[in-house]
Amino acid sequence: MNRLVEKGFRPINSLNDPDDGHVWSFRQKLLLGFSPREYFRQVLHNRLNWVIALIFAVGLPLILYRYVMGLGAVTHASNDYPWGLFLGFGLFVMVPLSASGFLLGTAVELFGQSKFKPILHLALLNGLMGYSFAVVYLLMDLGRPWRLYYPMFVSWGTAAVLFLVGWHVAIYLSVQIMEVSESFFEWINWPNAKRFIKSGTIGLTVAGIILSTLHQGALGALFTYAPGKVHPLWYSQEFLWIFFLCSSVFAGLCMVIAVSTIVEKTMAWRCSRDFLENLEPITIGLAKGASMALVTYFVIKLIGIAHDNEWAYLATGWGAWFMLEMFLGVVLPIILFSIAIRKNSVGLVRFTAFLTVFGVAMNRLDTALISFNWNLYQEIPHPFELIISVTLFTLFVVVYRFILYRLPILYSWKTAPSAAYGTAAEEKLGPDLAPAPAYRSSSGPPRG
Amino acid sequence: MSRRRFLKATIAGGALALYSTKSALGMAEFGGYPEGMGVLVDLTRCVGCRTCEAACNREQGLPEPDLPFDDPSVFDQTFHGGTQKRRTDEGAYTVVNRYETKGSGGPVYRKIQCNHCNEPACLTSCFVNAYTKTKEGAVIYNQDLCVGCRNCMIACPFRIPAFSYSSAFEPRIWKCIFCYDTRLKYGKPPACVDACPFGTLSFGHRKTLIKIAHERIRSEPEKYVDHVYGETEVGGTSWMYLSGVSFDQVGFDSTLQHYPILDNAKSFLSTVPMILAIWPALFMGFHLLATGGKGEMEDKESQNGEEGRGE
Ligand code: SF4
Ligand code: SF4
Ligand code: SF4
Repeated sequence: MNRLVEKGFRPINSLNDPDDGHVWSFRQKLLLGFSPREYFRQVLHNRLNWVIALIFAVGLPLILYRYVMGLGAVTHASNDYPWGLFLGFGLFVMVPLSASGFLLGTAVELFGQSKFKPILHLALLNGLMGYSFAVVYLLMDLGRPWRLYYPMFVSWGTAAVLFLVGWHVAIYLSVQIMEVSESFFEWINWPNAKRFIKSGTIGLTVAGIILSTLHQGALGALFTYAPGKVHPLWYSQEFLWIFFLCSSVFAGLCMVIAVSTIVEKTMAWRCSRDFLENLEPITIGLAKGASMALVTYFVIKLIGIAHDNEWAYLATGWGAWFMLEMFLGVVLPIILFSIAIRKNSVGLVRFTAFLTVFGVAMNRLDTALISFNWNLYQEIPHPFELIISVTLFTLFVVVYRFILYRLPILYSWKTAPSAAYGTAAEEKLGPDLAPAPAYRSSSGPPRG
Repeated sequence: MSRRRFLKATIAGGALALYSTKSALGMAEFGGYPEGMGVLVDLTRCVGCRTCEAACNREQGLPEPDLPFDDPSVFDQTFHGGTQKRRTDEGAYTVVNRYETKGSGGPVYRKIQCNHCNEPACLTSCFVNAYTKTKEGAVIYNQDLCVGCRNCMIACPFRIPAFSYSSAFEPRIWKCIFCYDTRLKYGKPPACVDACPFGTLSFGHRKTLIKIAHERIRSEPEKYVDHVYGETEVGGTSWMYLSGVSFDQVGFDSTLQHYPILDNAKSFLSTVPMILAIWPALFMGFHLLATGGKGEMEDKESQNGEEGRGE
């Protein structure tokens, strides 16, 4: 796609066609301004699409198989290990990585940190995507997925932490849909709906903070129902929810850094200049936030070990694993982030962000799967379970990309005919000749 | 951010908080019903005849097992590299296992089934209330509500509930229900108790059983370990055990806490109403401090036809 843009292709990013001024049709917007044939060619041309097609070819039949033959046919979940990869990865890893929405919402809308504005919509979308797919994984794992709404409308188990998780994730999903729908309404050209959502931004943001605090923590609190089953190094009756909440902060921030890196490398054509130009200082800014959270997390983890007096466990094999997780996911990132921030090295920040995302994933899998039933026996996931998890993750990538290609997430939507020049046009005419797009009125180049 | 909106948000938060406090009250301390029934299992009397298993199978209409109930070779079965013995599953609400123990006493047999906790972890962890603790002491399960999340299996400290993984359309939880529908409800002892030929299982009021248990220990201190397993474990269970050998030798978890599992989550659950009440005001305050009320201006800006994203 980057090559097509070099050749002069201009993806749709405005209400009107800049050449003849006609309003883009929905189909044209869907096809990014290509004719169907061109669009198809472009899809075939991308080698990643072939990999995706291969994964789907294997994975989708397995998903069907799971719904016909039951969970037992595709998982090693058992009476001793009720939860496997679907929840271990899909719920416990995806949710903290999706904390980005509420974090940047808070920074920008609530604390007025407008320098993060160019990445706000990406962070909101990342949140929505992660939560939606947590629900998709849940639908894979539930014995009776068609009863997903039962805890909302049929029967309330109010004392259960899972009840809280269910409700809060459901409400928060709607909040996030509303937040992201601002871009959607722009794209389908419903200015009134957009204005309506905008007027509620602050309320939505505060709701996001409350709901996130609670359900990120609640996911940790879920494991307090299983004392003795989760290894003591990963279990803490009083603090588990704080651990989960605190680590979701750097998880979310590092996930946005990671996603924006991928976007910049593979989708620069879809990014506005505002986004591309500000991305580096934003990345450094996010890294600062993440390292604060990492340090806090490190300290409270130490407090947790001291509180339960678990030092002796550190000398065991489990202790070695625990320390490896802490080193890769917390200590090393703290060191690397501080070097990167001092040297202003965006590359190092990005590497560290990927490392931290890996570390968070490791922590959640350790808690939910690996150290679970530590005094029983280890359970290795079924190969099909792995394939289905990968397939769903691929679906996540595909939907994510589909939206980023179209909705004004990485670029701003231009509505007035006079401002209807795309980034490509701007590049050709030079910034001074191109009419000032709306984003220019923002805070200007950030101070870094 | 107008003052009116600020107030509105705070009030909404407060209302939510009140609601959730109310639901939190619903989970107040519960020590079991005073007239609750129970069973005392005296391991010193059990000979491993598995009559109880057979009786349960018949009473509950469970599928016929692979090996007949009088085949002692099941005691040699182990799983997962020899680390695990038989457990309850969708075909068996109760199983008897054999343990070789130190000392001269020979093997000890132990029957396991749902212990019908006073404050069951399965019940309090279920987000659709599929479990009920009846006033007779039974913990029963309603498959019409179950979503199949298997959180109850995560939570049960005795690893009792089992799931039908092979069923795609009607998977459900399987566990001993104290023969509630067919017997307990009518004041009759459960089938396994009725069937035991050696008096291993005694049925009665939980309170009475505790007295009997301590009485047995007192009168024959050389025969029994001085502990009634289930009297206080995880807040007390309706089914309790007496043993002649230390409990961890016969597969009991002797590290269990002596208060209900739900209490572990209480410190978190009690922060919920606080967060609901405090966060809105706190963050609105931060917002006002950080932006000096600039939010209001931004709103106006976007109404002036300024449709770009980066206002
Ligand atoms: S033993 Fe397990 S399944 Fe039975 S009541 Fe207690 S927690 Fe529930
Ligand atoms: S599996 Fe069913 S009974 Fe168990 S917690 Fe989930 S919904 Fe409740
Ligand atoms: S009480 Fe009834 S259901 Fe439970 S083990 Fe005994 S016979 Fe089976």
